[in-house]
Amino acid sequence: MTSITLKPSADVQYVLRLADTALILAQRLSEWCGHAPVLEEDIALTNMSLDLVGQSRALLTHAGQLHARAGGKAFDEDQLAFLRDERDFLNPTLCELPNTADEATHRRNRPGDFAFTVLRNLMVATWLKQVWAKLAASTDEELAAIAAKAIKEARYHQQHNGDWVVRLGDGTDESHARMQRALERLWPYVAELFEDDAVDEAAAQSGLGPRASELRQGWEADVSPVLAAATLGAPQASPFRSTGRRGVHSEHMGYLLAEMQTLQRTHPGAVW
Amino acid sequence: MSASESQSKSTATGAGEWPLWEVFVRSRAGLDHKHCGSLHAADAAMAVQLAREVYTRRQEGASVWVVKASDITASDPRDKDMYFDPMEDKVYRHPTFYKLPDSVDHM
Repeated sequence: MTSITLKPSADVQYVLRLADTALILAQRLSEWCGHAPVLEEDIALTNMSLDLVGQSRALLTHAGQLHARAGGKAFDEDQLAFLRDERDFLNPTLCELPNTADEATHRRNRPGDFAFTVLRNLMVATWLKQVWAKLAASTDEELAAIAAKAIKEARYHQQHNGDWVVRLGDGTDESHARMQRALERLWPYVAELFEDDAVDEAAAQSGLGPRASELRQGWEADVSPVLAAATLGAPQASPFRSTGRRGVHSEHMGYLLAEMQTLQRTHPGAVW
Repeated sequence: MSASESQSKSTATGAGEWPLWEVFVRSRAGLDHKHCGSLHAADAAMAVQLAREVYTRRQEGASVWVVKASDITASDPRDKDMYFDPMEDKVYRHPTFYKLPDSVDHM
């Protein structure tokens, strides 16, 4: 099935960045289904994945409408999720990383590392919570309504995953070491979450939503006490910058999309 | 490490070590919490969270209680006859001999 192409529009890109953040993390979390350490947590991870799918559906639908309003084709949520190419996905790279702190052994150890998974969930949930809180005041009423519903989910995701980070970080020597390793693996990708560009600037000017840099203070205020309680030390800042929000992804993204998109691309328009 | 050592180690760190919790959910319309199942969790806070995940996912609940299963004292099944059986033929234990006024007839 041929891919769709989008007309460049800052508003559409702004909403797609949020939609893809939720969608790609949901896809990564879905890999845990049937594999989590205990049954109850298996259900919890899958529930969180489904919450994120729900958020991405609302956002993708809205992005499709904004795209039509900007003079492009009216794409629906499925077309946007399954028929865009890698370069048109705008999630931060953090979301697409495989569920592991050690890529060398990951193929043997799927679905992966639990410490890495809950720490990334905490980072993204906290980031999304800042986004939703600020979007409540968006000039785009639809986006404000999506945010009002999603913030409750983000708060719960933050609590659930934060509790795990503290339990494991402040747990045994082994669990502490694994959590610290996960933190060192993830930390370089956090910087991208707070980097502004023209899309952020346009959104701030029009009142659509906050700049990425406006989220940093609230995020740090939420995450720092959790890391402290978990006895984890934040690594040194590094000059590395990931670029997923601009559509330039890690080598993992293509595999993720191949798995996520194969059904719709093999059987276009297939429904349940 | 011998096979038996390895087995005892995996048991000690496995999910089997987490205590069992009984879960009570008050539905949106309901007045009291009703027992709806059980789950394993490391402590009470985790049990409440996981109860939310396992038993209230589809809007079933407005409130959740968890109680450690080991904290529940149950009647002994062997006492069943002695405790519960005599009720049926002791009609005088049922207040059925009173005529109630119509206004409270639904009691």
